[in-house]
Amino acid sequence: MGLLSDPNRRRALISMLTRLNAPICVVCYFAGVAWFMGLAFEPFTLRTYMSENAMGSTMVEERFPAGERALATGREFAAHKKKVGGMPVDWLVKNMQDRGLEVFTQSFSRTLPFPDENKERYIVKGTNVYGILRAPRAPRTEALVLSAPCSPGDNNNQAVGLLLGLAQYFRNQIYWAKDIIFLVNEHDLIGMQAWLEGYHHTNTTGMSWSPLQGRGGSIQAALSLELSSDVITSLDLVLEGLNGQLPNLDLANLFYAFCQKIGVLCTIQGKLQRNDWDSVSGYNHAVQTMMLMVMKQASGRPWGDHGLFLRYHIEAATIKGVNSFRQYKTDATTIGRLLEGMYRKLNNLLERLHQSYFFYLMPSLSHFVSIGYYMPAFGLLAVILLLRALDLWVQLNTPPSTTEDGVADIDQVRHTPGVLSVLTPLVISHLTGVALYALPIRFQETAVEHFPVSETEAVVLTAIAIYTAGLALPHNTHRYYIVCVCGTEQGWRVLKLVAVLYLAVLLGCTALINFSLGFILALTLVPLAAFVTPHVPKVLSAFILVILSPACTLLFSVFFFQELQDMPVSFQDGWLLYLSVISQGILDHSLYGSLVYPLIALLVYPCWLLFWNILFWK
Amino acid sequence: MAAPLTLLLIVAVTIRAALFRSSLAELIAERVEVVSPITAWKRVVEGLALLDLGVSPYSGDVFHETPLIIYMFHFLVDYAEITFMTFVFGALCVCICFFFIYLSLMPFQFRKQKFALEADRYPMDSLELIRSPKEMYYVPLKVAMFYLLNPFTILSCVAKSTCGLNNAVLALFFLSTIKGNVLLSAIFLCLATYQSIYPITLCAPAMLYFMQRQYIPVNFHRVSFWWFIVQYLFMYLGSLFVLICLSFFLLGSWDYLPSVYGFILSVPDLTPNIGLFWYFFAEMFEHFRLFFLCVFQINVFFYTIPLSIKLKEHPVFLIFMQLAVISIFKSYPTVGDVALYLAFLPVWSHLHRFLRNIFLVSCVLLACSALFPVLWHLWIYAGSANSNFYYAITLLFNVAQILLVSDYFYAFLRREHHLTNGLYLKRKDGSEATLILK
Repeated sequence: MGLLSDPNRRRALISMLTRLNAPICVVCYFAGVAWFMGLAFEPFTLRTYMSENAMGSTMVEERFPAGERALATGREFAAHKKKVGGMPVDWLVKNMQDRGLEVFTQSFSRTLPFPDENKERYIVKGTNVYGILRAPRAPRTEALVLSAPCSPGDNNNQAVGLLLGLAQYFRNQIYWAKDIIFLVNEHDLIGMQAWLEGYHHTNTTGMSWSPLQGRGGSIQAALSLELSSDVITSLDLVLEGLNGQLPNLDLANLFYAFCQKIGVLCTIQGKLQRNDWDSVSGYNHAVQTMMLMVMKQASGRPWGDHGLFLRYHIEAATIKGVNSFRQYKTDATTIGRLLEGMYRKLNNLLERLHQSYFFYLMPSLSHFVSIGYYMPAFGLLAVILLLRALDLWVQLNTPPSTTEDGVADIDQVRHTPGVLSVLTPLVISHLTGVALYALPIRFQETAVEHFPVSETEAVVLTAIAIYTAGLALPHNTHRYYIVCVCGTEQGWRVLKLVAVLYLAVLLGCTALINFSLGFILALTLVPLAAFVTPHVPKVLSAFILVILSPACTLLFSVFFFQELQDMPVSFQDGWLLYLSVISQGILDHSLYGSLVYPLIALLVYPCWLLFWNILFWK
Repeated sequence: MAAPLTLLLIVAVTIRAALFRSSLAELIAERVEVVSPITAWKRVVEGLALLDLGVSPYSGDVFHETPLIIYMFHFLVDYAEITFMTFVFGALCVCICFFFIYLSLMPFQFRKQKFALEADRYPMDSLELIRSPKEMYYVPLKVAMFYLLNPFTILSCVAKSTCGLNNAVLALFFLSTIKGNVLLSAIFLCLATYQSIYPITLCAPAMLYFMQRQYIPVNFHRVSFWWFIVQYLFMYLGSLFVLICLSFFLLGSWDYLPSVYGFILSVPDLTPNIGLFWYFFAEMFEHFRLFFLCVFQINVFFYTIPLSIKLKEHPVFLIFMQLAVISIFKSYPTVGDVALYLAFLPVWSHLHRFLRNIFLVSCVLLACSALFPVLWHLWIYAGSANSNFYYAITLLFNVAQILLVSDYFYAFLRREHHLTNGLYLKRKDGSEATLILK
């Protein structure tokens, strides 16, 4: 407490912090970036280990024999799917009933706010089919889910076949203590959303679905299976869910442990694990894997059908079969065994998965970085904002000139910035944010009438137009400042103080919910928040400000993401991708309740506009 | 003055009405930061339903408000629609602020007179510290703004928390004390005590204030001192007795005593809130419970003694300190309680030059207010964080509040020191001296 009460030491500390403010900020920024990059370096990370006792020590033996038959069922399913031209509901119901499950269907429909051009859908109608295998050994209060999507075209037929094969095999085993629900969902996430909402009696997104006729216990864990070929070379684990939520690390550990045991190649982010961490290329590989995870998490969208389970406290992951040109192939029996093993271990759970981490990044499947290790990277960036705020506070409190009539001066200075001069830009920039959030969808019809564009383009282009129009605001809002011209020097300082603190709180909260998003935003917004004043060269700073704005960050992220996936795109394609990413973001928000679009539109963008305002302060 | 005040009232009521009509109202009414098990409107409705059925509202461990409150609402709900209730709550807030306006004017008029009497006793350079009437002119408006536009008050009002009523009673007590009406002051204080026990500690500042006003010296050997205390306590305890009996006759049983006061003092409901109790008592072994309960509860009452001794010359500041201590250490605090003492801050705007940690503290309070819902979301909805995250923020929030209050306390004492010793202190050798608090 000495620091809080001893005036001399306080004064020394504050004078040091204000004198060395700029260098400390620069050092903090680079330290933050370096720390983050260091996270991928293997000696700094932890090895994954199984924390859950119920899944760790017990041995299970996998005996699933019927891989070939499952593939045959898959082919039959494909034929029926082609014949019906969608989900072969009757065939699935009959097949599941034959295998001794209690089978139910759920129909749902949903009209999208505007047509989804990526998946070519607008008015979606579909049916989910699910069968419940009742647990013979326990009072049926808990359940596990295995799901496979019924996708258009030739995709995922093998997944449905394997699901049915496993159902048949599981039915004959006596050790199940939890209900197992086999779910085939149509229209990927929309179907999943309908099923989950029906299961939990909630309706968060205004979708219409028929209520579920049958239910198991509370769902403890779920796996979603994607398999499109008879043999595979590796299995990929997808963890990122809605709003960047991740399942408990033990689920990933379980998958990794079984892949090791059975001898299946396993990847995360499509990247194999490498052992040469001490070489440059090995480190590069780890950085790439981690950055992919960061980018996917930051996008806030579910990257597999499991993504929506996480919202209901259900640990879930997607397992994707990948068939590449590698020599070593794995057949369906082995994958079936792997799933059998995982479900038997999950069956042993005594309580929900909670022992291991929920906040982590994975530079490889066998290593992870926990929240305690990655938060300092963000903390170092956030500290810059606090230092700048402190600096501004000190500047505001030291009177500019102590003349003879010092008292009068101080009085004047203290009163002039006024509430109004800060409130006006705050309110105006937030109203722009509200416009950016609400108008694109509302005005799509008007836009389509007047311009030769499709609905989707109309929405995206309106959003971009409003975003750009916001840049013109400072010139207009300044008219209202004329009343308080005298306090202008103090005025922008007060506004900047407010803006910097606002940004700090905003980024802090974002980073807690979705670290990756918070960190990426901090990476671009913190430097601009730190340097912008009305006295820096206007044109250059305006350019930098635009480059570092959230929309440009998104544009760069799109290119960077493609680069990381080893699929670089030309500028033209990148731009189209960028437009589709925006439309996907808006769709994700209205379909599944993803928070990234409202966050950017309602909070981050107005905050950035405040800094834009400061730059053009007159 | 009237025009900005009207504007302020219109803005305040509009914000409340808009929020109340929006879908956010339900969400806000569920927030643990805004409503406590005692003040939640949901529980009052439950109590009303039980009362209508002819069952004691205290059966079933849901309702914990006092009998008078439930009978008041019983009466109101009978005669008007529920929508009308919202205006009652809105109006309450407004009325509180009106009273604050008056009372914030009063102590300084009093102080000014005192200063005029003793002006020649003060050193010349401390004149800088004396507040000019011009500065004071806007204080009531600022107080009203601080209370009415404080997000904490708005949230608590939109959630229809009965905390607004408690604040109103406290404000009325404050007003009648400042106006010098002993009887009314005792009655309102008794009402406030009846509502939530803790305001009993405000007895001390009220009595000190009246003694100062009536020129009764605070001296244990004087009969007049004891005579005044007996008078005040008689009025206070008498009205308390009347209230308790009234409750008994209304309800026909003593059910409410354990259900209201037992509930406040023994803290059986450990729903997370912004206070310090829930986590400790959730983690604690059962056989330590009573001991720590006493320790935690004594915390609220104990500070009355040292603070009254130190601030016996400044009862108005003492009331502020007591309100802050109550809202920090009480068993079920909500943001509404915090808002009450925050509304006083503009009254002490003359202390700003002596505040040391105000920047740090306001940053922490701001960040904590934003982090409460975020960590709650992570803990309860996402399931990825746990109670430790939320409690860490609670702890930080309370530490910041304590720092804020102690900072104001220090600043107040320091200003008093400068008033008597001069603003620019010199050491014996002529160099500039600094005051250090150890």
